[in-house]
Amino acid sequence: MRDGPIKILVPTGSLGAGALEAEVAYGVAQGARAIATDAGSTDSGAAYLALGISKNNRGSVKRDLTILMKAGAQAGIPLIIGTSGQAGGDRNVDWTRDIVLEVAGELGISPKIALLYSEQDKADLKARNAAGKIRPLPPLGPLDDATIDSCEHIVAAMGPEPYMAALRGGADIILGGRTTDTAVIACFALLHGAPSGPSWHAAKIAECGAQATAVRNKGAGVLISIGADGFEVEPLSFDNWCDPESVSAHMLYENSDPFRLTEPGGVLDVTQAVYTQADKRSVKVTGSVWEPMPYTLKLEGAAASRFQTVMLIGIQDPDVLADIDTFHDNLLEALNQRVHATIGAAAGDFHISLRLYGWNALSGDRPPKGTPPPREVGVLFVATADTQEMASQIAKACNPYFFHYPLFMDRELPSYGFAFSPADIDRGPVFEFKLNHVVEVDDPLELVRTVWIDLRNEEAA
Amino acid sequence: MTTVKDVCRHVRSKNAGPFWVTVDLFFDGEANFRRYHDSAALGPDLFARLYGADPTLVKRFAVPSLHVVKISYPRVTAQGGMVERDMHAGQQYVRLLDVELDAETVA
Repeated sequence: MRDGPIKILVPTGSLGAGALEAEVAYGVAQGARAIATDAGSTDSGAAYLALGISKNNRGSVKRDLTILMKAGAQAGIPLIIGTSGQAGGDRNVDWTRDIVLEVAGELGISPKIALLYSEQDKADLKARNAAGKIRPLPPLGPLDDATIDSCEHIVAAMGPEPYMAALRGGADIILGGRTTDTAVIACFALLHGAPSGPSWHAAKIAECGAQATAVRNKGAGVLISIGADGFEVEPLSFDNWCDPESVSAHMLYENSDPFRLTEPGGVLDVTQAVYTQADKRSVKVTGSVWEPMPYTLKLEGAAASRFQTVMLIGIQDPDVLADIDTFHDNLLEALNQRVHATIGAAAGDFHISLRLYGWNALSGDRPPKGTPPPREVGVLFVATADTQEMASQIAKACNPYFFHYPLFMDRELPSYGFAFSPADIDRGPVFEFKLNHVVEVDDPLELVRTVWIDLRNEEAA
Repeated sequence: MTTVKDVCRHVRSKNAGPFWVTVDLFFDGEANFRRYHDSAALGPDLFARLYGADPTLVKRFAVPSLHVVKISYPRVTAQGGMVERDMHAGQQYVRLLDVELDAETVA
């Protein structure tokens, strides 16, 4: 803090979303001392952790990394990325590492890279659980071994300390596994002595990039400037601006509590924060408080459970649409009976649901009596069974009924509009998050493994 | 009778992690925020009835500087389960728009 406020460039809400070269150049010119962004979250579902895959395509992540690695190398400032590869599991980190190595080769640069892995060993977690070090967060209850075993991959969301250690070790690029969005952005300022309250609060405001600006679709990133008495935030696009409402409203975003944010090692409390317009484009924030707490890391586990097969039809038949709820109930019963009749007990504890897109698919609730019929509905058939083969057999057994099921039994059979041939699509397993627990640790780094790749040494070797 | 959509300029819902949904009601100004932010109609029972949430876990916050009421409730099933219909919970707010508000408890 001796050299004035610490400026951090947050180029985008998530790596791969589309960093802008001109914005990054502006932030660097303003004196940014680090570039930091997360590369994922739990938001898109458990499949990405369970399978170790990215939600983004490789090309979009490579494009952003090329812009950021080039800017970082030219300015001589570190590039810090958290929750690599969408879910931040070990495989997600390695996928990102391979792209970084490819881009380094293309740019002709030789960065020192720190890889921070936070995937957890099941036996170790069971031992910690048995020792009373793991506790549930609502709405879940105590953790048991079977739940741990049901997960394909389990990660701990890191705090800033492993990043601070990597920065102290001279990292030019840090690729972190699962990390809280805020820790990725706060770590550099915390390392260099910025006060905790403003550092964490600035990071929270910046974690979705331009989301905290007045015109959210104008530009991608923001610049935060953390000083002794608070922080300022401004958009990286010159024709955009922040105002007190755009900044303070970001505390609402995807948070269950707008005033208190629990992080590893403490709680950010913004109840007393004051947001004022500093200049035309910047907002100043003071009054952010950090309350230190015993150090905990949140665990996330993704399980792959039962399997699904889906089919889709479109219906425009006005008679069916005039009594669509009756049609739904009759068809669902007929499909269940069809499975019992053709597959029997072998179908196991199967489940069929019909989702009426254009009527009530998103809730399943019955619209009020008298609601005018829709002009068309899409009916998504979803069969769930213990194996993919059985889910597929159930869909095939149901196919003719789903295709032809009449509202009136005394008329010619209708044919609804299948979207595809073959009509049934094996969707794979149902992926679910299983853990909502925190683990107490004595040392913020004890669940983290750091691996170094120093391309300078590799060139010399 | 006044409904949510009559007095809010914006209403949204989104996952807050895989086990919670959070709803933000942006009232259209100071007057309606003051009149309705404490409305009993937006109590835990509403979230139990509409979403099956455990009413004892429903959290509610007033944010006067933004004229916002934020309500967070636990999902009945975790994000992405067998009968998931709204992976990001981004459409769940719609069922709140026609809820009728009472102004009995003016703060």
